[in-house]
Amino acid sequence: MSNSMESTSSAYVEKSKNKSTRRWFKKNYIGWLFILIAVIGIGIFYFYPMLRALLLSFQSGMGANLEYVGLDNYMRLFGDPTFIAALTNTFIYLLVQVPVMIILALVFSVILNDATLKFRGFFRTAIFLPCVTSLVAYAVIFKYLFGVDGLINQGLLSLSLISEPLNWLADPVLAKITIILAITWRWTGYNMIFYLSALQNVDKSMYEAAKIDGASSIQRFFYITVPMLKPIILFTSIMSTIGTLQIFDEIMNITNGGPGNATLSISMYIYNLSFKYTPDFGYAATVSYVIVILVVLFSLIQFKVAGDDK
Amino acid sequence: MKKLKRTGVYLFLSVAALVSIFPFLWMIISMTNKSVDVTQGRLIPGTHLFENLKVLFETVDVVTALVNSTIIAVVTTFLTLLIGSLAGYGFEIYRSPGKDRIFNILLLSMMIPFAAIMIPLYRLFGGISSSIPFLGIDTLSAAILPTVVTAFFIFFFRQNTKMFAKELVEAGRMDGLSELGIFFRIYLPTMKTTYAAAAIIAFMNSWNNYLWPLVILQSPEKQTIPLLISNLGAGYSPDYGVIMTAIVIATLPTALVFFIMQKHFVAGMMGSVKG
Repeated sequence: MSNSMESTSSAYVEKSKNKSTRRWFKKNYIGWLFILIAVIGIGIFYFYPMLRALLLSFQSGMGANLEYVGLDNYMRLFGDPTFIAALTNTFIYLLVQVPVMIILALVFSVILNDATLKFRGFFRTAIFLPCVTSLVAYAVIFKYLFGVDGLINQGLLSLSLISEPLNWLADPVLAKITIILAITWRWTGYNMIFYLSALQNVDKSMYEAAKIDGASSIQRFFYITVPMLKPIILFTSIMSTIGTLQIFDEIMNITNGGPGNATLSISMYIYNLSFKYTPDFGYAATVSYVIVILVVLFSLIQFKVAGDDK
Repeated sequence: MKKLKRTGVYLFLSVAALVSIFPFLWMIISMTNKSVDVTQGRLIPGTHLFENLKVLFETVDVVTALVNSTIIAVVTTFLTLLIGSLAGYGFEIYRSPGKDRIFNILLLSMMIPFAAIMIPLYRLFGGISSSIPFLGIDTLSAAILPTVVTAFFIFFFRQNTKMFAKELVEAGRMDGLSELGIFFRIYLPTMKTTYAAAAIIAFMNSWNNYLWPLVILQSPEKQTIPLLISNLGAGYSPDYGVIMTAIVIATLPTALVFFIMQKHFVAGMMGSVKG
C-alpha cells in the first residue's frame, strides 16, 4: 500500500517534472517565434546587404557586368577628386554643424528649464516645430529663401547689412554655410527636447548650492549641467554624427551638390555613381564602406572622449 | 542687472522662435499668393489660394502621390509596430542569454548607414523583379518592405516592455490563454501609449522618407509626396505659389499629428532613451 503510494507519488513528481520541462521548452520555443520575423528581417535587409556591399566593393564594371578587381576600387579612392571633395565637405558639415547645434540646443534647454520663465511652452513648441517638416519640404523652402532674389537677401539688403545680393547657392563657401544653417534649423529643437527631459532628472538643490557658493550661471552650466547631461550629450552627438555622415536629402534638394562639387556629400556621390551616371555599383559600394568605417570610427572616438574623465 | 539679463534672454528666445516659425509662416502666406508676389517678398496673405490649388491639382498628379504616400505610410506603420512589438516583447519576456546576444547583434544594425546597403537592396529587388513581379523594382511593396523591420523599434518596445507588469503574463497563463493570446489580449491593450508613440514616429519616418523611394520607385504613377515636391522644386521655371501649396499639403499630416498628440510625440522620442 505504502509502496504503491510511493510509486504513484514518484510517478507524479516525474510527470510534473516532465510537464514543467515541456512547458519550459514550449515557452522558450515560443519566445524564439516572437523574435523570428525581426531576426530574419534584419538579417535580410541589413546584414546580408552589408555583406553584399563588401563583396561588391572588390568588384568593378558597368551595370551588371562585374568582375573581381581586388583592392583597385580602394586605391581609386585616393586619386578621385570628386570623392576627396565629398569627403572634405562631409567633414566640414560634421565638424562645424554638430558642435554648433549641440551647444545651441544645450543653451536653449537650460534657459527653457527655468520654471520662472514666461511663455515657456510657446518657446519650446516654436523651437521644436522645425522637426515636423519633411527633409525634402524644408530643403526646398531653404533653397528659395537663400536664392539670389530670395527673402534672405531681400532682408539683408533692406537692413543694409549687404550692398548687393549674395549668391548663396552659387558660391562654394556660402553654399556650405546655407546647408549648415538649414540642418541646424531642422535639428536643434530635436536635440533640445532630449536635454530638456534629461534636465528633469538633475537635482535642483545642486544648482541652489552652487548659487549660494557664488557660481555664475556660466560656471553652473559647465560644472553642473554639462557633466550631468554627459550620457545624453554623448547619445545625441553620436546620433547627429551618424546622421550627418549620411546627409543626402538636403544636399540633393538645396544645391544638388553644386556649385561644382562644393556641397557634394558622400551619400550623394554614392547615389550619383549608382543611379545618375552609368552605374558603377562596385565603386559606389567602396565609397559606401568609407561611411561605414567613419561611423564606427567616430562613435568609438566619442565614446572614448566621453569616457576619459570619468 | 538681473532685469537686463532677463530681457536679453527673452530677446534671444524671441529671435530663435521667430527663426523657427518663419519658414512655416512664409509657406502658408506664399500658398495664397501669385508666384510673382512670392519672389517679390510679399509677406501678406493674398487671394490666390484657390488658383494655386487648381493649378497644382491640374498640372501634377498630387492625388496619386497622396494615395501612394498614404498606402506606404499606413502599411509601414502597421507592420513596423507588429514586428517591432512582437520582437521587443519576445526579447524581454522570454529573456535568455542567447536572445540577449542576438539582441545586441541586432542593435548593431542601427549603425549601418543606409547608403551602404542601398545598392545591394536595389539589386536584390531587381533580381526578383522577373520572378516575383509584385515585389520588384517600382512597386509599393518594395518601397515598404526594407523599412518595416528596424532595430530602433525592437529596442523601443523592449525598453517599454520593462515597465510592463510581468505578473500579467502569469495571470494570463493561469487563465489558460495561449502565449500569443497573452500578447494580443493583455500586452497590446495595456501598452496603448507605447504603441501610439511608436506609431507617430513610424508614420512620420515613412511619410517623409526620400532616398529609398527615390531609388526604388521610378514611374510617375508610383511617386510619393517627397518625390513630387523634390521634382517640383528642381523645375527650371518654378511657380512658387503652387510649390508652396504642395509643401503645405505635404507638411499638414505630420504637423497635425504633432499638434494633436504632442504628449505622445515627445514621449515617443524619449522612450528610446530612458530606462
